[in-house]
Amino acid sequence: MARAPEGPPPPPTVQKLRLRYAKRGPLRFASHRDLARALERALRRARVPMAFSAGFTPHPKISYVGAAPTGAASEAEYVEIGLAERRDPEAVRAALDASLPPGIAVLEAVEAVEGAGSLADRIDASTWRLELPGIEPAELAEAVAAFLQRDEVTVAKRTKNGLRDVDARGAVASASAGGTAGCAILTMVVRQVTPAVRPDDVLAALAAVADLRPPSPPRAVREAQGRLDDSGSVADPLGPDRGARTRCQGEHAAV
Amino acid sequence: MNGASLYPRLEPLLAQVQKPIQYIGGELNAQVKAWDDVAVHWALMYPDAYEVGLPNQGLMILYEVLNERPDALAERSYAVWPDLAALLREHGVGQFTVDAHRAVADFDVLGVSFATELGYTNLLEALDLAGLPLHAHQRDETHPVVIAGGHAAFNPEPIADFVDAAVLGDGEQVVGDVTDVVKAWKAQGRPGGRVELLARLARVDGVYVPRFYAVSYGADGAIAAVTPIRSDVPARVGKRTVLDLDEWPYPKTPLVPLAESVHERMSVEIFRGCTRGCRFCQAGMITRPVRERTITGIGSMVDQGLRATGYEEVGLLSLSSADHSEIGQIAKELADRYEGTNTGLSLPSTRVDAFNVTLADELSRGGRRSGLTFAPEGGSERIRRVINKTVSKDDLVRTVTTAYAGGWQQVKLYFMCGLPTETDEDVLEIADLAVEVIRAGREASGRKDIRCTVSIGGFVPKPHTPFQWAGQASAETIDARLRLLRQKINADKRVGRSIGMRYHDGQPGIVEGLLSRGDRRVGRVIERVWREGGRFDGWSEHFSYARWTTAAARELAPFGVDLDWFTTRERTQDEVLPWDHLDSGLDKEWLWDDWQDALSEEEVADCRWTPCYDCGVCPTNGTEIQIGPTGRSLLPLTVVGR
Repeated sequence: MARAPEGPPPPPTVQKLRLRYAKRGPLRFASHRDLARALERALRRARVPMAFSAGFTPHPKISYVGAAPTGAASEAEYVEIGLAERRDPEAVRAALDASLPPGIAVLEAVEAVEGAGSLADRIDASTWRLELPGIEPAELAEAVAAFLQRDEVTVAKRTKNGLRDVDARGAVASASAGGTAGCAILTMVVRQVTPAVRPDDVLAALAAVADLRPPSPPRAVREAQGRLDDSGSVADPLGPDRGARTRCQGEHAAV
Repeated sequence: MNGASLYPRLEPLLAQVQKPIQYIGGELNAQVKAWDDVAVHWALMYPDAYEVGLPNQGLMILYEVLNERPDALAERSYAVWPDLAALLREHGVGQFTVDAHRAVADFDVLGVSFATELGYTNLLEALDLAGLPLHAHQRDETHPVVIAGGHAAFNPEPIADFVDAAVLGDGEQVVGDVTDVVKAWKAQGRPGGRVELLARLARVDGVYVPRFYAVSYGADGAIAAVTPIRSDVPARVGKRTVLDLDEWPYPKTPLVPLAESVHERMSVEIFRGCTRGCRFCQAGMITRPVRERTITGIGSMVDQGLRATGYEEVGLLSLSSADHSEIGQIAKELADRYEGTNTGLSLPSTRVDAFNVTLADELSRGGRRSGLTFAPEGGSERIRRVINKTVSKDDLVRTVTTAYAGGWQQVKLYFMCGLPTETDEDVLEIADLAVEVIRAGREASGRKDIRCTVSIGGFVPKPHTPFQWAGQASAETIDARLRLLRQKINADKRVGRSIGMRYHDGQPGIVEGLLSRGDRRVGRVIERVWREGGRFDGWSEHFSYARWTTAAARELAPFGVDLDWFTTRERTQDEVLPWDHLDSGLDKEWLWDDWQDALSEEEVADCRWTPCYDCGVCPTNGTEIQIGPTGRSLLPLTVVGR
């Protein structure tokens, strides 16, 4: 016997907003689940009129895209939320930003344009910046050069199903060394492949090819996410929505 | 520099441990105050994992009450898991607070809240990680004053060597008194050193300083006497009681962690204390009298808390929530107010009573009816008379059937095993009851997929209860009875598969029994267990029974006593109990009479609805029962998320 909750079904989604947010400082130790919980509660506190799924345990309409790993900071996390009433994206951004704990900042909000494609389709690579305290820039440059010369660097990665070999080199589109004396900085563009290649895996590969072993754990920041274009840079995944919105406004102005 | 942040040194270590989120603080509604702006610094510790300690109401209340004072600050600390503990030792970083990551050793007071005695080894681990001398008498005026609180503090004798003081009863007011004493002593240039500070604290109502009391033992191993060694400390220390809960609407802004915790909801305490008189229940005995928060007080706490947290669920907390004098109206008006907002309301801890099903129906209006929990505690009517939790089998079956018929699919029944006078037959009746519940439930609901889960805990006799004299059932007895029960449930194929059984083996209960009714000699056992690696004794993956029994045998033998002496031995009326000098207000003669009534299966009624039975609490403490109804109702509000 199928049972349904009493009362009318929940109101439908009338507007989708796409948000870019950052996790910074100590909040880099938050996992994806931690962030999801924090975001849901902040949406309630900010009184954002969320659309809910039907059923006995209605869930707010939130879809997450490619969360950064626990321990990595990020300036470019993306989420899409479904609203049951229309709202000004900037007002939602400000209210949500104020409701979130320090260390999580909502940086941008745009309205998703119907037919312009999903957010997930616009993201296939990340730009990473890794600080390596205790490593000299020259030392890192040498290791990166050795790494880039290889066609393949296999590292063992811990997954749900135990250790698994992945090719860290294949996922790295570009990598360069910089920084200052005593703290090298590795900047790289990494494709989002399955199984995922994370900054830790690239570091394991650098240890394997050049015996680069940072004395203390490096700090990783994801600086951007988006589609890797032919020039090797990562495009803004909110760009198409932003562009479309500008056109819409233009049309209104013409009327 | 005192009060400096350890975070820069901690951060590289956090990258190497499990669930680092639990150590970073920054929860919504957390507070960080400037160190030099205040006179008195409190570190409040819950000696268990963050996920268990964060939702603790007691700690949250004191955190707010103290931080509201302009002359004090309070930060929180939790037990660190062994992976981080090893790194802290390797890198010389001390036990820290999660708020500003300050060293616990820098604080003036370290308050540790014990909901259970199984946190004692974690206390020693925290003291050691903090770099504090383990033994109170080795500390000087540069070290924090270590104060135990919580229900276990009603017998702090097993940890008397490690704590400087214990606080009995409600904490809201006494933390202010302690702050005043510490502030004055510091302002005067710490006259008389640590001993003078402790002497001043010992004169605060509700504060017990173990070092000022000498314990002597008789030839039989029992305590001969507990005597104050100073003329300026009381012979007996009484508990603190907060009256008028509406004046203490804490927590006003509950902490919301980023990490997952054991209670993913906010709680509002709707009353404190309980006079149902369940004889096994230490909480009900030591928190008397009943003090209700009014319906309007509850309504505003729910509203303010939801606004401050964004939680989706509110638990209406107390020892027996359906007993609130206005509970029907509270349930209805809150359900009205939050209907259509995706806000869940729940009543934890419910008695077996058809009225509770009505309440649960009201609170879950339109939502999913997944599970209801009842606690008959005893399997047979006879044993339920012994424990004074009287409900007939017919009433129980009727209540549960009503729940199934109302669309609840799963009912959880809580029981205890190892109760005084219990026989195999008493425990086996749990199976009969569960079978009857399923049979009647299938009939009433017309469904075959209903479930009943039987959850069973081993009974541990606790201080300040009528069962404080009882011999605890041995681990073997408990395990054997649970085995028989499981066989009986599984034997009935037709309904057995609808009945789940959850239980723990009897060994941890014996250790809890040792720590609950132990005296100062048990401190050596705790210390040895900790030195041999004992931590997180409430967690089965860390608990080692062999470590405890070996340590108990070695450390207790010189005194001529042993583990059984503290646990399975029944006490006589004239024995001096280790906690006799600590006064919960309960009259010892009344407790003894109630123990005798238990043995002759005689019940006692609740004094909220029948005349006073002279338990002693109200006259001893100058307190009174504070209950409604008030006749007030909730005002309409604009609601979050609507």
